[in-house]
Amino acid sequence: MTQWSGYFGLILQGALVTIELTLMGSVLALVMAFLAGLGRLSRFFVLRALATAYIEFFRGTSIFVQLFWAYFVLPFAGISLTPLQAGVLALGLNVGAYAAEVVRGAIKSIGREQYEACTALNLGRWQAMHHIILPQALLVMLPTFGNNAIELLKATAVVSLISLADLTFQAQVVRSQTGNTLVPFSTILVIYFVLALLISWGVRSLERRMARGLDGVRV
Amino acid sequence: MSAPIIKIDGISKSFGTFKVLDGLSMQVMPGEKLALIGPSGSGKTTILRILMTLERIDSGHIQVDGEQLYHMERNGRLLTADERHLAKMRQKIGMVFQLFNLFPHKCVIDNVTLAPMLTKGVPRAAAEKRAMELLDMVGMVDKAKAMPAQLSGGQKQRVAIARALALSPKIMLFDEVTSALDPELVDEVLNVMRKLAAETDMTMLLVTHEMGFAHDFADRVLFFDRGRIVEEGKPDEIFRHPKQERTQGFLKKIIAAGHRV
Ligand SMILES: Nc1ncnc2c1ncn2[C@@H]1O[C@H](COP(=O)(O)OP(=O)(O)O)[C@@H](O)[C@H]1O
Ligand SMILES: [Mg+2]
Repeated sequence: MTQWSGYFGLILQGALVTIELTLMGSVLALVMAFLAGLGRLSRFFVLRALATAYIEFFRGTSIFVQLFWAYFVLPFAGISLTPLQAGVLALGLNVGAYAAEVVRGAIKSIGREQYEACTALNLGRWQAMHHIILPQALLVMLPTFGNNAIELLKATAVVSLISLADLTFQAQVVRSQTGNTLVPFSTILVIYFVLALLISWGVRSLERRMARGLDGVRV
Repeated sequence: MSAPIIKIDGISKSFGTFKVLDGLSMQVMPGEKLALIGPSGSGKTTILRILMTLERIDSGHIQVDGEQLYHMERNGRLLTADERHLAKMRQKIGMVFQLFNLFPHKCVIDNVTLAPMLTKGVPRAAAEKRAMELLDMVGMVDKAKAMPAQLSGGQKQRVAIARALALSPKIMLFDEVTSALDPELVDEVLNVMRKLAAETDMTMLLVTHEMGFAHDFADRVLFFDRGRIVEEGKPDEIFRHPKQERTQGFLKKIIAAGHRV
């Protein structure tokens, strides 16, 4: 019994690492999503090209390879990252590329009449974006952002491959030490699922809060 | 005799291969209330949108309040206007849209205060005081904290009018501001506009199918067809004694469709 509680302690530590990765990865993904999403809509060709290159590259290559690059190849360029940093970087950049398309799509979904009202009221491009377009677009983005965050959570498992002690890594440790597969992997299955539920619930309550007063426009 | 506040000089505008305006010229005097009428597709909305800088012209010149709208005079040369020049010119003009175009995520008073605070740096307290005065004028004070989705079409349009007035433009453009409204809501908006016309010396350009209202409201009526001014004159001349066949035909059709003249 004491032995099992020690193993559960390991898995809990792993859960903390997974949560940390998910939170930090999501923050980076969010920043990249807005940078690249707005970049794709820029008036300036260079910004559009950079954003498109970033999105296509990170969607077109596997997160697995990106992680190995961040951890094993970047040191050759003089950039040595800890496993956690490499994990956050790879996850954030990868999911950010998907989320950038969400940002772009949401902004484009706001009707032309909103932009025209901004022009008629003499708002500058940034003022219009900041005060009128983005707040409305954010509501369109949120549900898909929730999905992106869950994808990111699930993708965190790849960091066990660069021996970062996340949930999946710790489950493997427990398995190799006890010879039991069912218990550790059922446990982390439940934990991943609960974490995903928490994300869904958090995003949905945020959505409800932001949609308040918009009744009749959407949910 | 003062100078015109709007001077449109031979402007043309095409959408693709379709020429909507072909060398149109017209002038509007300061304080004048002008009604633009004519069949749908004749280019009335396009003229207002061009004045609001929502569409560009292909050729010609427009002067607003003594300055070129789409050109800047630099060392005696005329250059295409940049964004800064356009922003300066937009301060003179406000527009109210057929479909209100309120900001759905902002409450009524925030819809009204936003632009003065952002574009003129008016402090919040002063902006709100002015907004309440304007909302009072359009009869919407008690809805100041309501969200647009909670309002009827007529209420939305009255808020939209207050929002445009908050920037104190010299010229106001109204594009069929009642045609998206249920019939019983039309009058509350028209009443606000009557009051506006009586209480201010703003120049107002009005595109409308409400012929009765145009008759009472306007100092001058322009009848458009296919991007040209076919006939213009005092409301009585146009509505009671139209000279052109096309004007007569249009008015007959409008009356047959149940509009009041
Ligand atoms: N953005 C646009 N693209 C293509 N055609 C347009 C556009 N805006 C207006 N038009 C066309 O220009 C003509 C004049 O339109 P408009 O100015 O809206 O007329 P009105 O307001 O008198 O009904 C119409 O035939 C319309 O279809
Ligand atoms: Mg029209």
